[in-house]
Amino acid sequence: MKLFKYLIITFFVINYNTIYAQDINLEKKITKNLRCLICQGQSIYDSDSEFANSLKLVVKKKLESGNSEEQIYDFLQEKYGEWILYDPKFNKNTYFLWLLPILMFIIGGAIIFKLFIIKKN
Amino acid sequence: MKIKIYPFFLIFVFLIIFFVFYKGLKNSNIYTPNVQAQIDIPEFQAINFENNKTINSNDIFFKDKFYLLNIWASWCVPCREEHRFLMNLKKEKLIDIIGLNYKDNHLNAKKFLDELKSPYKIILKDSDGTIAIDWGAYGVPETFLIYDKKIVKKIIGPIDENSILEIKEILK
Repeated sequence: MKLFKYLIITFFVINYNTIYAQDINLEKKITKNLRCLICQGQSIYDSDSEFANSLKLVVKKKLESGNSEEQIYDFLQEKYGEWILYDPKFNKNTYFLWLLPILMFIIGGAIIFKLFIIKKN
Repeated sequence: MKIKIYPFFLIFVFLIIFFVFYKGLKNSNIYTPNVQAQIDIPEFQAINFENNKTINSNDIFFKDKFYLLNIWASWCVPCREEHRFLMNLKKEKLIDIIGLNYKDNHLNAKKFLDELKSPYKIILKDSDGTIAIDWGAYGVPETFLIYDKKIVKKIIGPIDENSILEIKEILK
């Protein structure tokens, strides 16, 4: 019975650590995807400016209060515009950005197919 | 007849690249925030600088009235420069100036106000900078003109004579 109790306690402690670690990882992931608007070429995660430190705190508080990653991005996008996100969302301003590589890949593939495979046959 | 597709394809790719770079040429490479957007003011709770009591934003900002929210700190040099303009604006009866004391030491902030006088009707404390983020601010000094619970104008950096004239024009 004692062993069983220990097992349960160990189970909870291990799981708590995993949950905590997941929170920290998510916080890291989000702050790495946010641009520090007052620094040059740095993410919020990398920067130690007053703005970045406050934003890190906001992300932490929002995660603690149960907000999802998407909700945090939406909130900050509403306040600071899309420029704050390093990974821009798929919308009318970014169609070209997202679709051009795929288009290039398809065209490139077609050229290779035509040059090498059809010619061989 | 065999259609020569490659020259056309090359021209097409070249045109796309030209178009992208040409468009990029006109864009500023410095981030310029949108200062004209009419956004609703955030709802928040803050600590009153004078009595340390918690106060809700709904008890500060009312509809059909002009407010000026000024983010300041005693350690911020440009805040000192803009202070006289705020004191000048204090004379206007149509507008209430609300101060947001950003990441500051209480004693230093008090000394700053004792020395330069306070233009603020209410001063709120933002000791960790999170309220400023709620407002979409970048740092200090920054000023928001509010009407009908909406941000009408945003001034990033210190207020100068021109911005005071602009504010007075809007008040008219």
